[in-house]
Amino acid sequence: MSKKNESTSKTFIVVVALCLVCSIIVSGAAVGLKDRQEANAALAMQRNVLAAAGIDRAGRDVVELYSERVREYRLNLETYELRSAGDDDVADAADVEDQGEILRRLRGAEDVAGVRELERYTMFYVAMEEDGETVKSYVLPVRGAGLWGMMYALLALENDGQTILGLNFYDHAETPGLGGEIQNPRWLRNFEGKQAVDSDGNIEIRVVKNANPENNEVDALSGATITSNGVDRTFQFWLSDSAYGPFLQQLREGDVL
Amino acid sequence: MASAKEMKQVLFGPIFANNPIALQILGVCSALAVTGSMENTLVMCLAVTFVLGLSNFSISLIRNHIPSSVRIIVQMTIIASLVIVVDQLLKAFAYDIAQELSVFVGLIITNCIVMGRAEAFAMKEPPGVAFLDGIGNALGYSVVLLTVAFFRELFGSGSLFGLQILPLVTEGGWYTPVGLLVLPPSAFFIIGGFIWVLRAFRTEQVEAKE
Repeated sequence: MSKKNESTSKTFIVVVALCLVCSIIVSGAAVGLKDRQEANAALAMQRNVLAAAGIDRAGRDVVELYSERVREYRLNLETYELRSAGDDDVADAADVEDQGEILRRLRGAEDVAGVRELERYTMFYVAMEEDGETVKSYVLPVRGAGLWGMMYALLALENDGQTILGLNFYDHAETPGLGGEIQNPRWLRNFEGKQAVDSDGNIEIRVVKNANPENNEVDALSGATITSNGVDRTFQFWLSDSAYGPFLQQLREGDVL
Repeated sequence: MASAKEMKQVLFGPIFANNPIALQILGVCSALAVTGSMENTLVMCLAVTFVLGLSNFSISLIRNHIPSSVRIIVQMTIIASLVIVVDQLLKAFAYDIAQELSVFVGLIITNCIVMGRAEAFAMKEPPGVAFLDGIGNALGYSVVLLTVAFFRELFGSGSLFGLQILPLVTEGGWYTPVGLLVLPPSAFFIIGGFIWVLRAFRTEQVEAKE
């Protein structure tokens, strides 16, 4: 290393030049790949919705199948008004979901699932039967705190607005092999056919130890008590009057869409 | 330019003779964190190879112009930029794996192997050799990580690359997975075992008794 490298001016020149080059490379990569990354995120979500809604992909293209069978809505959690998120509006709807306006902070007993803040708008998906006319299922995004972090899931209800068609945890940080088993399809299958709520809107589904399947109970995961409780509380919160309860009532009465 | 034999030594030496993890005990944290499955581990190894090779190369390229007063910052800037590029590439082309690796790709910046090679080798040697040194050390890192991941995935989840080898009890098979191997600390035991076996063959690596 020569002596002239140590002068103040040389130091400045090297550092500034390096920062310029590096920032061009980094921002080039970020900008150049942005479209692909967003497409990936959207595609992953579409795949999750299809899986939750029980639509068999049968080797078909996700995007095509999704646009054919799923309708996206934006649900206002205060007024329970639905707004169609038409094709042009989809990106916009995703923005609302991500950085949505906060409807209210949840405190104390109301916040059983550790959600903390309830957003004003949430996505609401309606999956159609193959004929494209009749409703197959309603897909609701839900979430609750597990052991290590928030667990995000999609809950699909059959068109009676009561029976669980499918449950799909698509994002969580639970311990692999223990709490991470919430993603195990074998466990998730236990939820299928259980009543989420009864016809009066009382929450029926529970996740408990030594469950009685006849009684809309699903066996908790062994070695993952806190995670299982989190799943249970996720239902207790999102199906209650604080969240989707009144909307599910409207669905059961019909004529919402 | 160094001779072919020296080149070979630079490239393959770090695999067993001078392994960054097993001998220098560097970069152990990511060896714990990402070795739960072979697929994730392989992607992580490729990411580290990319970063290590290119960081060594570019630092060596400008080594005669780096003022020694800011050399660590200069090295960090280059390494961090490369890591961000890798992270962006993964999100664009291997989205599912990027989700699982999450923060650990970003943490390549703090991987002591990358910094160590930049400071110890790339600052002194020409770009070609420095590049080979980076690739070689990444290979040494990868050998350990893939070994750890092999045992962790096979005995922890009964599968390799996501393919079920040992049918699990929970899926109706006979194999009860070793719960410990699913958790990151189990990698300590496997790395320890790796070092033990390595030193049994290469006794010169055993430290002298104090």
